[in-house]
Amino acid sequence: MVNGLNLLFQFLDSFAFIVLAAAGLAIIFGIMGVINLAHGEFIMVGAYATTLANIRGGLPLPVAMLVGVAVTAVFGLVVERVVISGTVPNALSQRFLGRKVIEPLYDRLADSMVATWGLSLIMVQGVRIVLGNSLDQIGTPLGNIAYSGFSYSTYRVLLSVVALGVLALTYYVFTRTEYGMRARATIQDEDTARALGVDTERTYMTTFAIGSGLAGLTGALYAPTITMVPGLGSSFLVEAFVAVVVGGPSVVLGTTLAGGLLGAINAAVTNLFGTFFGRIALLVTAIVMIRFLPDGITGFVETVRERRQEGA
Amino acid sequence: MTDGITSRRGFLASSAALAGTALAGCSGGSASSDDTIQLGVLEDRSGNFALVGDPKHKASMLAIEEINNDGGIDGKQIETFDPDPQSDNQRYQELTRRAINQENVDALWAGYSSATREAIRPIIDREDQLYFYTTQYEGGVCDKNVFAVGPTARQQLGSVLPYLVEEYGPKIYTIAADYNFGQLSADWVKVLADENDAEVIGEEFIPLSNSQFGSTINRIQQAEPDFVMSMLVGANHTSFYEQKASAGLDVPIGTSTAMAQGYEHRRLDPPAMANIYAGVNYMEEIPTEHNTSEGGFVDRYFQKFPDAPYLNEEAENNYFSIYMYKMAVEQAGTTEQPEVREALESGITFGAPEAPGEEEIALDGATHHVDHHMWVMRADDQHNVEAVDDRVIPETFLSETVGCDLTQEDEETQYTPQDFYEEAG
Repeated sequence: MVNGLNLLFQFLDSFAFIVLAAAGLAIIFGIMGVINLAHGEFIMVGAYATTLANIRGGLPLPVAMLVGVAVTAVFGLVVERVVISGTVPNALSQRFLGRKVIEPLYDRLADSMVATWGLSLIMVQGVRIVLGNSLDQIGTPLGNIAYSGFSYSTYRVLLSVVALGVLALTYYVFTRTEYGMRARATIQDEDTARALGVDTERTYMTTFAIGSGLAGLTGALYAPTITMVPGLGSSFLVEAFVAVVVGGPSVVLGTTLAGGLLGAINAAVTNLFGTFFGRIALLVTAIVMIRFLPDGITGFVETVRERRQEGA
Repeated sequence: MTDGITSRRGFLASSAALAGTALAGCSGGSASSDDTIQLGVLEDRSGNFALVGDPKHKASMLAIEEINNDGGIDGKQIETFDPDPQSDNQRYQELTRRAINQENVDALWAGYSSATREAIRPIIDREDQLYFYTTQYEGGVCDKNVFAVGPTARQQLGSVLPYLVEEYGPKIYTIAADYNFGQLSADWVKVLADENDAEVIGEEFIPLSNSQFGSTINRIQQAEPDFVMSMLVGANHTSFYEQKASAGLDVPIGTSTAMAQGYEHRRLDPPAMANIYAGVNYMEEIPTEHNTSEGGFVDRYFQKFPDAPYLNEEAENNYFSIYMYKMAVEQAGTTEQPEVREALESGITFGAPEAPGEEEIALDGATHHVDHHMWVMRADDQHNVEAVDDRVIPETFLSETVGCDLTQEDEETQYTPQDFYEEAG
C-alpha cells in the first residue's frame, strides 16, 4: 500500500535536497563555465562554520546559519581571486617576475575540474588535520509531523519551502537586478559586454561568491541533519551533478525542473522498491538524459523554441 | 572534543613518527635484527575510516610503549612500521607487501573494513605472514595465517538480539549496509531470530553513499516492529540516527556497529541515540576493574593521548592482541612465525580490559578467534551509556557449525552462514 502523505513528504524532502545541493553548482557552471568539483567541500565549509558558530560560539542556530553562509561566500571570493581567476598570484608574479603566470579558468571545463578537484583534496585533509575526524553535531530542531501511525521531521519538510525560496530569489537576482543583467550579458557575449562598460572581471567574482554562498547555505541548512565529518560534501555530489546535467544551461528553470523530475523519480522508486533502487533510478535517469537530451531539459526547450521560430 | 591546536600537535607528532620510521628504513639495518622485534601496524589515520581507525593506531602505540617500558618482549624492544594507509585498499596492498618483504615484520596488524582484509589476505597467505585482524566483523574466516581477534557477528548480535527479544518482543526489522558485512550480518540476524523464536518481518539494505533516510523511516513505521536491528556503516549512515530521532521514530534499536566504534553517543545531540542497544565486547564505558578503575586502561590511554576523542572497541582489540602476541613469543622463545603461531594456538588467555574482575578472555587455538566477554550497552536519552547485560560468548560458528580446526588442518577460507543455515539463504 502506498501512503499518499508519505510519498508527498518523501518527494518534498528529495526535491529540497536536490535543488539545494545543485543551486550553487548550477550558477557557477552556468555563468562562468567552471565545473567546481570542490562544490561538496564548499557545502562542508558552510556546515562546519554553522556547527562551530552554534556549538562553540554559542550563537542561536539561525544566526549560526547566516554565519555559515557568510563564511562560505567569503571563502569562495578568496578561491576565485587566488585559484579561478589567478588575480592574486598574477599580481605577485607581475611584481617579482614581471609577467603573469596564470590564465583564468573561465570556460576551461577540464582545467577547472582538475584545479577544483585538487582544491577539494586539500580542503578535506586540511579540515581533518586542523579540526579532527569529526565535530559534535547540532540536533535537528522543530520536532515532527505525526499522521496515522507515521511521522516525518518538520524541519525536513520545511526545507522544501526554503528550496523554493532560494529558486525565487535566484530568479529575481538574475532577471530583475542590475547585477543580474550584467551577469547575463557576460554569459551571452563577454567581449561586447566589456565594450559596453560591464566590468566582467567583477561579475565573475560576484557570481562565484554568490554560488559559494548558496553552497554554504545548503551546508548550513543540512548541518543539523547529517554527520559532521570532513568528507560530508561527497554525499551531496551525486544529486548535484545529476541535477545540473538534467537541468541544462538555464540556471533557475533548469534546477527547478531537474529537482522536480528527479525528486519525483527518486521518491516514487524509493517508496516502492527501497533506497537501493532509488539511487539506481537517479543514475539511470542521468544516463538516459545525457543520451537523448544532451543539453538537458532547458536546452531541449530552447532547441524546440528556436525551431518553431525558424518555422514561423 | 579535540581543539585545533592540540590536534595539530598530534599531527606533528605523527608526522615526526612517520619521518622516524622512514629514516629507520633508510639506515639499512635489517628491521628484524636479533635484538629488536618489528611489528607492522597499518591503521587508517586519514580518509574514510580515520574516525574509527585512529584509536586502533593509538591503542597499539600504547600497548607497545607499555611493553617496551616494561623491558620489551623477552628483553627485546619493539619497533614499529606504521605508515598511514589512508583508508585506501590499494595502498594497503602496497604497504602490506612492503611490511613483509622490506621491513620483515614479525607480526602484522592491519585494516579496518572487511573489504581491506580481503584485499590483503591473498598477500598474507602467499607470504605466510602472521596477521591480526582486530575489527568486529561478519565472521567465518578460517585462515591459518589470520588471527581474527575482534568479535564476530554471531557474538555481537548473539549478545544483543536475545536480550531485545526478551525485553520488547519477537518482531524484528533489519537495516544494514549494502556490502558483504551488512548482508552477512543480516543473515546472522535471521539465524539468531530463528534460534530465539523471533521473526524478521522486514529488511532493507542501504547503499553506503546514501545519507537520506526519510523513506526508510516510513517503511519501518509501516512494518511496526518490536525493535530494529541496525548494521549501518560509515559517516553517511550515521545520519540515520539523527534523522529517525527528528522524525519521531522511537522504536528500540539493537546494533553491532553504532556507538562502540564511532562513538555516536558523544558526537550527536541527545536524544538521537536514546534507547539504542549495542552488542559489543568493549566500549570506553564498560565497567570493569581493568578498564575504568584508577590507573586502568582508560586512564592510561588518555594520559598518553589527552586529546583523543574516544577509546573504541577495535582499539581494545589491538591492545590486548599485542599483549597476547607478547605472551606467545615468550612462550615460544623465538619470533619465528611458525613457532609463535603454534604458541598462539596453545590456548593463550589474557586479562583484557573487557573482562570483569579476575576473568581472562581466551584465544581459541582451533579457530584463531577469541571467546569474548560480550556486553549489551544501552544509551539513555541523555546519551549516558550503561551495561544492561554481559556474559562470555564463545565463537561457535567456526568451532561447532563449520568445524574449523586450524591446529589439524591448514585452511584459507571464509565461510558464510548461507552455506550452513537454511534461513540465511
